[in-house]
Amino acid sequence: MSLSNYNPFSLTNRKLLLGPLNLENPITVQVLGICSALAVTAQMKPAIVMSVSVIAVTAISNFVISLLRNTIPPRIRIIVELVVIATLVILVDQILKAYVYDVSKQLSVFVGLIITNCIIMGRLEAFALANKPFPALLDGIGNGLGYGMVLITVSFFRELLGSGSVLGYKVIPEAFYDFGYRDNGFMILPPMALIIVGVIIWIQRSYVKSLVEKD
Amino acid sequence: MENLLSIFVRSIFIDNMIFAYFLGMCSYLAVSKTVKTSMGLGLAVVFVLTITVPINYLMEQYLLKPGALVWLSQEFAGTDLSFLSFIMFIAVIASMVQLVEMVVEKYTPALYSSLGIFLPLIAVNCAILGGSLFMQEREYANIAEASAFGFGSGIGWLLAIVAIAAIREKIRYSNVPDALKGIGITFIITGLMSIAFMSFLGIEL
Repeated sequence: MSLSNYNPFSLTNRKLLLGPLNLENPITVQVLGICSALAVTAQMKPAIVMSVSVIAVTAISNFVISLLRNTIPPRIRIIVELVVIATLVILVDQILKAYVYDVSKQLSVFVGLIITNCIIMGRLEAFALANKPFPALLDGIGNGLGYGMVLITVSFFRELLGSGSVLGYKVIPEAFYDFGYRDNGFMILPPMALIIVGVIIWIQRSYVKSLVEKD
Repeated sequence: MENLLSIFVRSIFIDNMIFAYFLGMCSYLAVSKTVKTSMGLGLAVVFVLTITVPINYLMEQYLLKPGALVWLSQEFAGTDLSFLSFIMFIAVIASMVQLVEMVVEKYTPALYSSLGIFLPLIAVNCAILGGSLFMQEREYANIAEASAFGFGSGIGWLLAIVAIAAIREKIRYSNVPDALKGIGITFIITGLMSIAFMSFLGIEL
């Protein structure tokens, strides 16, 4: 870790922040956090709110656990981590209920499920417990962003093709509908989220050969 | 009784944890390489869900709901602790998993060594917390309904993971495009299975 020279934008730190966007993407490469990722992507607005919440929780919990890393007894670390995460998620849930009530209703149980989001647990176990607070914070933000990126891409296509709109605004002109274009209602249904993620993984791995799995 | 059966069947086929809500996908994708291990994990999930959902139902009824504390004293009629439900539920789940782990280790060492690594992981399986949160959201009328829901969801999850594991064992012999191998094709197959499960929509018992 190049923290000794206190350069906050050193190469390793930039890698921590940007790595998860492509080569170490939490969803398509590490395959973590799929649980809550797919169910909220039928429209863009909930997907964006969800991404922001996850970025906040991942970053802050990574930071806090990294601060506590030398005082947590290893045997009970999972419970300590769950308490920190659950507290943050309760805060996020209350904030969402106060400021964006309709989206919070749409997300229903999936806000609570951020607690068991494997990305957060995975990053805490794999990174925060062994590293200093600042890199841990960057790692948290990076992984949150990587997660958000996939979420927003999936929701963009599902909303565009499924309801003909982006962020709730109609983008497909009326003229198209007059010619007989129809929204593909199938895109809104759960199975398409899985298939779109599958296709994203396919595209990414066609470009980045090193990620291809050997059987 | 009919009602219970309906909730049970509904939670297996229509509101399947994996195919309708994508809960517990992480372990579903990571552990579904062979039928044997996925069966073990599936059984552990059924077990934990069947225990934690009714317990959390009692928590919800007698502790967390607005006015749930009146059994202590009338003063608490206006108290609403529901904002604490996340932390309560996860605490119950984490401690139950720990307990189950100890019991299994003591009485059935063979099962323990085959489940070993999966048991502690179940505490952070979204399907378990999801079960409790859905139970809270759907407001089941009594503990029997909540138990039926917990058990049914577990069975649904077991069914899904065993099915995908069986498919993945076979697909090893197929010629999948390189970039789609492994995780990619598993996602697409799950999507297709999910479409198949949609045919159960609208079944009423």
